[in-house]
Amino acid sequence: MARRLRIITGIAAVVLVAGAAAGFGVAWRPSIAAIAPPRPDTFNPDLVKRGRDLAAIGNCSTCHTVRGGGNYAGGLPVPTPFGTVFSSNITPDAATGIGSWPEAAFVRAMRSGVSRDGRHLYPTFPYDHFTNVSDADDRALYAFLMTRQPVSASPPANQLSFPFNFRPLITGWKLLYFHGGDVPSNVAKGAEWNRGAYLVEGLAHCGACHTPRNALGAERVNAQFAGGEVDNWHAYALNDTSHAPVRWTADALYAYLRHGWQADHGTARGPMAEVVSNLASVPDSDVRAIAAYMADISGAPAPDGKRPADAVAQSPPAVAAQADPAGAAIYAAACASCHESKRPLPYGGVDLALSTAVTSPDPRNLANIVLAGVGAVEGERSPIMPGFAASIDDVQMAALLNYLRVRFGKRPAWNDLDKAVRDARAAQAVSVAAREAPAESSQRGKP
Amino acid sequence: MNGPVILDRRSVLAGAGALIVSFSLRGASAQEQKPGQGPELPGSLAKFPYLDSWIRIDADGRITAFTGKAELGQGFRTAFQQIAAEQLDVAFEAVKMITADTKLTANEGYTSGSHSMQDSGTAILHAAAQARGLLVAEAARRLELPAETLRTENAAVVAPDGRRLGYGELVAADILHVQAQPTSPLKDPQNFKVMGQPVPRVDIPAKVTGGAAYVQDMRLPGMVHARVVRPPSYGAELVELDAAAVEKMPGVIRIVRDGNFLAVVAEKEFLAVKAMHALAAAAKWRESARLPNQNDLPNVLTKLPSQDFAIFSRNDSSVTGTRTIEATYTRPYQSHGSIGPSCAVAQFADGAMTVWTHTQGVYPDRQAIAEMLGMPQPSVRLIHVEGSGCYGHNGADDAAADAALIARALPGRPVRVQWMREQEHGWEPYGPAMVTRLSASLDAGGKIADWNFAVWSNTHSMRPGGAGALLAAQHMAKSFAVPAPKPLPLPEGGGDRNAIPIYNFPNAHVMHHFIAAMPLRISAMRALGAYHNVFSLESFMDELADLAGADPVEFRLKHLDDQRGRAVVEKAAEEFGWSRDRKAPPNRGHGFAFARYKNLAAYCAIASEVEVDRETGRARLVRAVAAVDAGQVVNPDGITNQIEGAIVQSASWTLYESVAFDDTRITSIDWQTYPILRFNAVPDSIKVHIINRPGQPFLGSGETGQGPAAASLANAIAHATGKRLRDLPISRKKIKDAIDA
Amino acid sequence: MITLKVNGQDHQVDADPDTPLLYVLRNDLELNAAKFGCGLGQCGSCTVIVDGKAVQSCVTPLVLLAGKQVTTLEGLGTLAAPAPIQRAFIEEQAAQCGYCIAGMMMRAQALLMRNPKPTDAQIRAELEPNLCRCGTHMRILRAVHRAARLMDTADAASDRSVR
Repeated sequence: MARRLRIITGIAAVVLVAGAAAGFGVAWRPSIAAIAPPRPDTFNPDLVKRGRDLAAIGNCSTCHTVRGGGNYAGGLPVPTPFGTVFSSNITPDAATGIGSWPEAAFVRAMRSGVSRDGRHLYPTFPYDHFTNVSDADDRALYAFLMTRQPVSASPPANQLSFPFNFRPLITGWKLLYFHGGDVPSNVAKGAEWNRGAYLVEGLAHCGACHTPRNALGAERVNAQFAGGEVDNWHAYALNDTSHAPVRWTADALYAYLRHGWQADHGTARGPMAEVVSNLASVPDSDVRAIAAYMADISGAPAPDGKRPADAVAQSPPAVAAQADPAGAAIYAAACASCHESKRPLPYGGVDLALSTAVTSPDPRNLANIVLAGVGAVEGERSPIMPGFAASIDDVQMAALLNYLRVRFGKRPAWNDLDKAVRDARAAQAVSVAAREAPAESSQRGKP
Repeated sequence: MNGPVILDRRSVLAGAGALIVSFSLRGASAQEQKPGQGPELPGSLAKFPYLDSWIRIDADGRITAFTGKAELGQGFRTAFQQIAAEQLDVAFEAVKMITADTKLTANEGYTSGSHSMQDSGTAILHAAAQARGLLVAEAARRLELPAETLRTENAAVVAPDGRRLGYGELVAADILHVQAQPTSPLKDPQNFKVMGQPVPRVDIPAKVTGGAAYVQDMRLPGMVHARVVRPPSYGAELVELDAAAVEKMPGVIRIVRDGNFLAVVAEKEFLAVKAMHALAAAAKWRESARLPNQNDLPNVLTKLPSQDFAIFSRNDSSVTGTRTIEATYTRPYQSHGSIGPSCAVAQFADGAMTVWTHTQGVYPDRQAIAEMLGMPQPSVRLIHVEGSGCYGHNGADDAAADAALIARALPGRPVRVQWMREQEHGWEPYGPAMVTRLSASLDAGGKIADWNFAVWSNTHSMRPGGAGALLAAQHMAKSFAVPAPKPLPLPEGGGDRNAIPIYNFPNAHVMHHFIAAMPLRISAMRALGAYHNVFSLESFMDELADLAGADPVEFRLKHLDDQRGRAVVEKAAEEFGWSRDRKAPPNRGHGFAFARYKNLAAYCAIASEVEVDRETGRARLVRAVAAVDAGQVVNPDGITNQIEGAIVQSASWTLYESVAFDDTRITSIDWQTYPILRFNAVPDSIKVHIINRPGQPFLGSGETGQGPAAASLANAIAHATGKRLRDLPISRKKIKDAIDA
Repeated sequence: MITLKVNGQDHQVDADPDTPLLYVLRNDLELNAAKFGCGLGQCGSCTVIVDGKAVQSCVTPLVLLAGKQVTTLEGLGTLAAPAPIQRAFIEEQAAQCGYCIAGMMMRAQALLMRNPKPTDAQIRAELEPNLCRCGTHMRILRAVHRAARLMDTADAASDRSVR
């Protein structure tokens, strides 16, 4: 989810012009007076604890903490087509963080995307979702953040080209695309579903990655959860267009979100690994609620525990090998020993016939995972997959992906694999230096 | 170890020209020679008093020193060479070392317990010094000069008039085949040229240039490769095997089955691996293991039947406590985790079995293998060749047994067996889980008035001696039973190693609850019980210092009379910059710990600075400063290397490590499921300060760091977080939960 | 028969294309340095250099290596004429058992080839895939820094000689 929302670039010129004109009247919001940072012991510890769980659900640390930097001290570069936005310092440091923010300013930022001093915040901060967070939860988040260690750190200045560096233009974007009250509510669906809806559409901001965005960087309301992208990863479709070979059930989603893997689907990696690592520590009921709601979104069948008959079928190896003999040879030599070892997940390789990376219309995730592998999480039981970036060349990669698609995906060949491989290599080069392992293991628990 | 040993050492070693043909094992039991009457000789000379068990000089001047200990990467091959060179007054390079080999060296048992310097190093020290004395005496006789007028230099005896007699010229008849004397003409440490110097290790050049350095690197003519198929769990029985397809695989030479022992031999190594996988798939096992609940180990352990020993009691009714605290500390099963899976090469030819192995005990392992094969021990030769670091009893002995059993089925052909990663992780004998319960009282003055320490533990050695210790022997159709575990005797102890406090508590009671039942396969792992006992004891000392409102370093000194102990404590504190107010940077904490390994070996104090991420619970050792007193220093860099390694390895054990298992099977079978420290957690700096004690006995330093490093780290975490964590490993999650609580 | 380029020489190897490079190096070419540690790409003791990049040879089958240059520790230098990285590890006494060290050296060598003056943090990050159990890490780090200096000096010397 990190550098996600890079696409939220949404401040294309047309909008800006139109928006600026229309929104002139609201381009400035009043400043809220600064306060002296409240002492940590003035906050109710129970409130702080609740805030901690909410911050984990909101995945706050992923964007607001960089490797080697202080927790929540910001500075993560979020690239957009219009330049780079850096995440802000949300520690209670008075000078560089939010230490001087009264609670009302924090709540306003969450609700309306406005800074304490009245400036509009770029929608890389997903207030289009956070606007749905309740006052009570905002207060808990505030209590949590204000009791963190203050870190004096100013993020680098945003590197946006004119006119995108002109903040008042955000007003136009907001007028077009930002409106609260997006949380569906349905008494008939029960409390768990409604809790899930509140979390998913609000704090958890799942759609920020999993919903495609329009040319102006806003989530497409008519394609909710139809699949988006983040950091050269494809965030899979979660609605009824999902390409998962086995349909997701609420139980499967719960296990996946809670433990980071699920036997019928595989292991979370890429940006999703950070999400599930955060969800490992939040209340069980909230993970269940998220799972229940998302299962409903995806049109999940009743959880009868059975896989659709054709889910794990695959093209006969010989047929697939004919389609790409080179790829077949690479798979047999480099992949099969783990992926056909029959060792259960998460430490055995997933049966690739179950992998959405192979059935997805977008080959990038598969390319990313083959190149980068899965690194060890410090000191915790966690899956490791060796990356092949240094040993496999682009031609071999394309052959391998092609073979996997034919044999396990049983779908039409991917187009432009060369570009997908090039992009994956570029992304891999960036991520090598980028971040440390997730703070909390997503794969904790029974080996 | 009965029966005569008939050896011709000369033909093996020297070739023609050596004048000394005697060998101390000649005609005697290799187990132990009968020492003469009189006071006990130093080190392993006590058991092997003949000088030429340790030092051999050939007529051509070649000098060889012998040790029955095995180089495991500790660097003592270099240290022993330094000792021999120094005391013989020859160049370091002039000495060749021969290490553990049942045909060539004395039976020094296991290379364990930080005994190598103390036993073998001491023997070589005295043997070399006495050999030099004999050479000088012989020169004096020939030159007709008083011995006092002669000096030695560069492998020669030199007369005042400049006449020189080379050592090679001087050796004659059996002049070194004599028993050692109680006193040796040791050189004055002030005149040392080689001892005390950081002489570069002799084994490193080959290791960094691709030389053949390990048993894994051996390639004998006609050698074939074998892989073992182990059962899926302890005690599983092979009930069905359809091996026909595997036998037909190209390159497969033989499938060896003996009861539940199953292996495959192939011409090439990767073919053996493939065949092993195929064979494993063709085997059906009946599993019966019932492993305990890994999340409830302390309860499981303390409820098992135990033999209880009150191992220490000191009473002074004039001192009574006023404030009492108690605490329980636990340790899970932990793995040696050798980077290279165990390996051995064996060859059965002309009725004799030769095994090249990285065992820590060539003689005891020979005994076990001979028993397993039903062969007389003299027909079995074990030769130590280095392997990957073992840190105790890992799969080495078992791999040697595997190789021997397979080689017997293929007479003439050398068989190389290397375990797979999951076999090393899944079948090695782990370091045992442990529980300690402590309580203590402070008197009105803030001193400890009484101290109670109880430890629950298995034995810490199931090493071979009998065949039943070997997996292959356990799995054979005519299987050997696992021998009954025994507590290791004090004063060194096993599970109770370092359970007796070194501090001067007026009332102190120590109980050892020895648990015979072994839910998991266990044996010796670096420092044995001392790792957990020192972790417990030294953590509890900090808890008591807190209660007393005292500085942890001062609190220790207040209870410590041992002057050498005090010296390392003071040295570590000073070099660390320990301050009474313990002001650490934000999110950091300082911790201190001290122990004398076994209360007999090297002293070690360690101060640590740790950084704790309050959001994630991640603890990282930032820097550590150690002070160590290992007696007379032979190679300071060797000691430094051992202590540095102990600190890093102990940090890994302490922060991360526990063997996982389910109801039936071990599930920690690779580095995914048994994570250890990686480079992202390596400290910024480690400084080791050695207090040299010239002329004092060598004190082994290979294990002395494990306990103090753990406690120092735990104390620093407690300082940083205000939370005391007593259950190993002190994982990120435990720290986070403690902070959040 | 497969042609494999190792340490500057072509070798004809009689092995299946799915054979991991490690086994070919150790058994067919009788090179000792690359070690079997896990066979799973988890520990790095089998690391060699392929076309300038550090590669775990235990998970690199021959099929991937056509036309590529493999370099092992033996290809960097010898006992008599050690390469800078080998000199550095000897001078820092950067080993205990040493089983992991060849892999460490090859990964460090690959780093130094593309970044001759790495920071301490870059060295640590680079070596992350490689495990050492003896706890020799501090020495390994020092040795890599020393190797960087030695290479720098060697380069400077050769520059001078060229001029």
